[in-house]
Amino acid sequence: MSDPINLIANWLQGLLLGLGLSVGLTKIILSFVGAVVVATIGMLTVIFLIWLERKIAGRIQDRLGPNRAGPYGLLQPFADVIKILTKEYTTPDGADVVVYNIAPIMAVASVLLIWAVIPFASTVVGTNLNVGVLYIMAVGAFGLLSILMAGLSSNNKFALLGAFRSVAQLISYEIPMVVSLLMPVIFARSMGLVDIVEAQMPWFIILSPLAALIFIIASMAEVNRAPFDLMEAESEIVAGFHIEYSGMKFGMFYVGEFLHVFTVGALVATLFLGGWRGPWAEQYPILGLIYFYIKTFVGYFIVAWVRLTVPRIRIDQMLDFNWKFLTPLSLVLLIITAVLDRVLVLVNSERWVYSLVMFLANILIIWATVEVLKKTTSKPKRKEFPMRPVAMAPETSTSTEPSS
Amino acid sequence: MIPTTYYIVLSALLFTIGALGVLIRRNAIIIFMAIELMLNAANLAFVAFTRMYGIIDGQVFVFFVMTVAAAEVAVGLALIVAIFRTKHNIDIDQLNNLKG
Amino acid sequence: MTTELILFFSLALIAIITGLGLLISKNAIYAALYLVLNFFTIAIFYLLLGGAFIAMAQVSVYAGAIMVLFLFVIMILGAEKLGKSNTVAWQRPVAIILSIILLIEAGYVLFWRTAPVQAAQTLPDGFGGPASIGNVLLNNYLLPFEITSVLLLVAMIGAIVLTHKQKTDKEV
Repeated sequence: MSDPINLIANWLQGLLLGLGLSVGLTKIILSFVGAVVVATIGMLTVIFLIWLERKIAGRIQDRLGPNRAGPYGLLQPFADVIKILTKEYTTPDGADVVVYNIAPIMAVASVLLIWAVIPFASTVVGTNLNVGVLYIMAVGAFGLLSILMAGLSSNNKFALLGAFRSVAQLISYEIPMVVSLLMPVIFARSMGLVDIVEAQMPWFIILSPLAALIFIIASMAEVNRAPFDLMEAESEIVAGFHIEYSGMKFGMFYVGEFLHVFTVGALVATLFLGGWRGPWAEQYPILGLIYFYIKTFVGYFIVAWVRLTVPRIRIDQMLDFNWKFLTPLSLVLLIITAVLDRVLVLVNSERWVYSLVMFLANILIIWATVEVLKKTTSKPKRKEFPMRPVAMAPETSTSTEPSS
Repeated sequence: MIPTTYYIVLSALLFTIGALGVLIRRNAIIIFMAIELMLNAANLAFVAFTRMYGIIDGQVFVFFVMTVAAAEVAVGLALIVAIFRTKHNIDIDQLNNLKG
Repeated sequence: MTTELILFFSLALIAIITGLGLLISKNAIYAALYLVLNFFTIAIFYLLLGGAFIAMAQVSVYAGAIMVLFLFVIMILGAEKLGKSNTVAWQRPVAIILSIILLIEAGYVLFWRTAPVQAAQTLPDGFGGPASIGNVLLNNYLLPFEITSVLLLVAMIGAIVLTHKQKTDKEV
């Protein structure tokens, strides 16, 4: 009873074998069913996420959020889905129809593909790829291509501008993201996500808080969330690459974005927050699934929180921040972590000594970075304005006032 | 297990298509892409032979080829952009004088 | 066996069709997208041949970086559709004849000249994974590995220098 998911899978396997199907075919059918279930759960989660994000946005911006349709506005996203499904599909004049229609599908598929390697619980995992981390990066390339294709095929200046910006941003921020992903790989001695989760005796966020921070920031840029939503900046280029899309085609991009944020939460949970690990998670895999979801929502909440509090940055700031700050910092962190790891393994240190040294090294790097930034950055000079009372009437007004 | 010969034949076919692309097309960017295709055909042969002999070195060579391809694309595309700035064309038939 | 063969032949067909698509497509964007598909099929071939690491590197390097750069340059230059240029008349037939000769040569070398191609061996555990590649790369091929890093640095500097706008006296 502790592992209902595998129970169902075994039952299904027995049923199919009982029908007289061959073992290979049963395996294929089971994999297919598993993929469909994971994708469907992902899509359904998005519907809930949209409601959740709007509620969080409401709270942070001091308003109520959706509260009309259903209890607490829970039915609002369903209403939105029905609205978006009934809308007309428009195709712009001169658009490249094939590419134009493939792009939104690829946008969602690129995100769903990541879920194949994420371990949901100790017994529930799509596949334990021994190059899991690299697979995540490879799949991310699809998302980039889909944005490019949408921008190119729409026959619209703003869409093209959005695609330009997206290429500059996504390619740049991929570098600190990959480098920060290498820290869990070093600690776990494996690129497989299952091995990474199993190696997290202290969570990796304790071993390398800086790597987790860099990963979250870089992923925020990868999912084009504010403060990095330059490629769809409403006030500058209207909506960016998806300006010409309508109806469910636009909906696919929208769903893809939300799902991507949720996937980033899942990756943060898997790589840095211990995945399904927690008390009694190994005896009762269903508990592991619950822990995993809670941790994922923590990651999701952080991204949403930042989105709702920080204003959009300029494009030159975006590139400067990456190339002059994030990339060098992540490279320094990688070198120091690798050297320390080698030294600590050579002297055969205990696990807690290893963790403590890594943690202190990270704190030291953060402190040094802050000190260097304090020294080097030139603060913009503030012009001193004379204080002027705001609510007081100007002094001259009394003399010019007509006497009664 | 698929015989290695099949992979080599496929690799030869892809290489020929790439070579044909370089010879026929006049757009500099597409010629570049055809070169990438040829590099990939060679890589496929490397990996097929790696599988045949059970030695990993072939895959390491593929790794090196990828690095070279990346470097080549970075410089080559920069050249194309620079040429486009002066000539406003990337048709290689038009690029027939040494001075810009 | 048969499922593997079906998979191989369908993938090979896709690879060749996309290669031909690159060859004949008028639009440079389509050519680039065909090439992306081609690289994907080749990545799947790598997976079939037991090179998981190389396959992932193929997808992330080629589809994620190189082809994106290509598309980016095509967008910047607006060079997706080029008019017909006045090519030399004999170029196309000569090119086709030359490539047929190349193909015959390859077939000759493959089928008549060399010793028959060996049957594939069974692979050790973890073959083609990151650990095995890393071992060979950093033990046997350390110097080439370092040289590639220098090569990449030089390419980076070269690209920056080439695209950097030189300030003439007028602009200053």
